[in-house]
Amino acid sequence: MGLMSRSDDKEKERVATLIDQNLKTIYSDLVQEELPDRFKDLLAVLKAQDASQKDSQ
Amino acid sequence: MMSSDPRNELVEHLPALRAFALSLTRNSATADDMVQDAVVKAWTNIDKFEPGSKMRAWLFTILRNTYYSSLRKSNREVADVDGAFTEGLSVKPDHDGRMQMSDFKEAFETLPDEQREALILVGASGFTYEETASMTGVAVGTVKSRVNRGREKLTELLNLSEGDPMELTDSATMAVITSSAPVKR
Repeated sequence: MGLMSRSDDKEKERVATLIDQNLKTIYSDLVQEELPDRFKDLLAVLKAQDASQKDSQ
Repeated sequence: MMSSDPRNELVEHLPALRAFALSLTRNSATADDMVQDAVVKAWTNIDKFEPGSKMRAWLFTILRNTYYSSLRKSNREVADVDGAFTEGLSVKPDHDGRMQMSDFKEAFETLPDEQREALILVGASGFTYEETASMTGVAVGTVKSRVNRGREKLTELLNLSEGDPMELTDSATMAVITSSAPVKR
């Protein structure tokens, strides 16, 4: 309400920083979650497929 | 000399890829399906990866393309959201002076896909506007306007603007906000 226009940019910057801080927290928490086993299994299958393809060549 | 197989590097990006998928789909089952699809595509198309370029950007691009084409195929306007993002497992309540994280996440989930995506890529994962533009197949100006609109919407939903009454009553939160506020002249 009634923000001075010259402080608008700084205000936007302040809010943007606040929002980005929250996004970074959420994102890094998600990154730190343990990977479900299905991905380890998937990688094992993909590697095995490659190996058997090489063998048959 | 053998050059290292980029597929070895792929594994290192899985946690980030999954975090991106969760923020994009907001559904843990969908997110994991998208990650699986993206990994298979990346693995089998590894020859298309340009050595020296950012593998993370490449993987994220594959994942988002997979996501949007599956949305189109299923002919759904709105994705099925299960709160995987809102209830993110390890996010702690904010004793450290941030706004209520749960409110923030709820508000974030309501943003349109393209704004959420732009905010996560630019605001959280540290991609540049240029990188994000090339990953999402739009102009840099479009990315900037998506980021701005996303921030504006969050500001509105969460009453983050200084002139608005704040819902943040916790004194630690107020302290942080006040200390980061621009100096009044």
